Amino acid sequence: MTARFESTIGRYLHLDLFGRKHRIYVEEAGQGTPLLCLHTAGADGRQYRALMNDERVTAGHRVIAFDMPWHGKSSPPAGWHNEEYQLTSAQYTEMILAVSEALELDKPIVMGCSIGGRIVLHLALEHPEHFRAIIGLQAGAHVDPYYDLNFLHRPDVHGGEVCAAIVSGLVGPDAPDADRWETLWHYMQGGPGVFKGDLYFYKIDGDIRARVAQIDTSKCPLFLLSGEYDYSCTPEETMAVANSVKGSHVTIMKGLGHFPMSEDPEKFLSYLLPVLQDIK
Amino acid sequence: MIEDLKNKVNGDEMLVKRGRFLSTSFLLEVGSTTWLIGINEGQIVSITKGPFVMPSWSFALRASEDEWSKFWSAKPQPGSHDLMALIKRRVLKAEGNLHVFMANLRYFKEALVKLRAGAAA
Repeated sequence: MTARFESTIGRYLHLDLFGRKHRIYVEEAGQGTPLLCLHTAGADGRQYRALMNDERVTAGHRVIAFDMPWHGKSSPPAGWHNEEYQLTSAQYTEMILAVSEALELDKPIVMGCSIGGRIVLHLALEHPEHFRAIIGLQAGAHVDPYYDLNFLHRPDVHGGEVCAAIVSGLVGPDAPDADRWETLWHYMQGGPGVFKGDLYFYKIDGDIRARVAQIDTSKCPLFLLSGEYDYSCTPEETMAVANSVKGSHVTIMKGLGHFPMSEDPEKFLSYLLPVLQDIK
Repeated sequence: MIEDLKNKVNGDEMLVKRGRFLSTSFLLEVGSTTWLIGINEGQIVSITKGPFVMPSWSFALRASEDEWSKFWSAKPQPGSHDLMALIKRRVLKAEGNLHVFMANLRYFKEALVKLRAGAAA
């Protein structure tokens, strides 16, 4: 027999958000400094599974990832069937602070990727005192739409197929096949219109270009890690943020794409572990 | 080289199966050369080199010879490695009825990658 359980624990957190009841799925593993991980648009906390299974991380960190409402094993709020999901900067910020407070996290490190990488720039600007350090993966200040977002949510296009196909090239070319396709599977499983609703934040409401230079890294250190094959948040766009924010630390990750933590965990950890060491 | 697409796509059983609901023709523009590519239930049935008089197609993909050459190189550089990356850089123009392209995006991405140097049939 080769059966085994992973040490990751999953629980459902009931929480009032935006004046409504929400049921949020939270996974965690490890002990020590809290490391709160934010997933990409249209996916869920499974993107951080490899981190939760790596003792080099969990020996000193309590790694936590939650599925945003409407994503993964979290539920949309009651009444969802009569509304259009659309993520705003204000909601996203409120959600992260509320989950952190509910889990009684003491100045966690917050790490987010893509939309998560964008919102951590908002957190760095508006709530630096809540966090020990901020890590932005694929963190740009803005991205112009480069395809018609309506294709992501229409009954004559399969949502899972098109969402995964759109992001497939964002995985680095040398990513292990199993990790590449698991990453894309998460996109194939998103609810109707959820990826599109997240992109409202990413491409419209969450534009932070005009304010990003105001981030004060003396209040909270900011680390930026971006994959060189990402054409959604390009290395150039990451460098533009780094050049605007005095005292930030930036690394362009060779060979990686838009989903470093799930597309090639081993290579990603070679970049992340030194950052976690620096934060200590 | 574009003509190789027929055997390479049709030789991939899973790709043809993925396209089993796809029947269309599209225009591929490589610099000043155009090609009409006919697809029937996932099989490529015709590849015709232009120039054309009154060609009919559902959508067109247009890029320079240089950009396609980079895309079809054995190990493309970042930004040249994926159709959406080319579109993001505004060097590939997708036009026409893009519904058929987007609804079958994985098919078209995997089909056109077949022309990459060293790609498996």
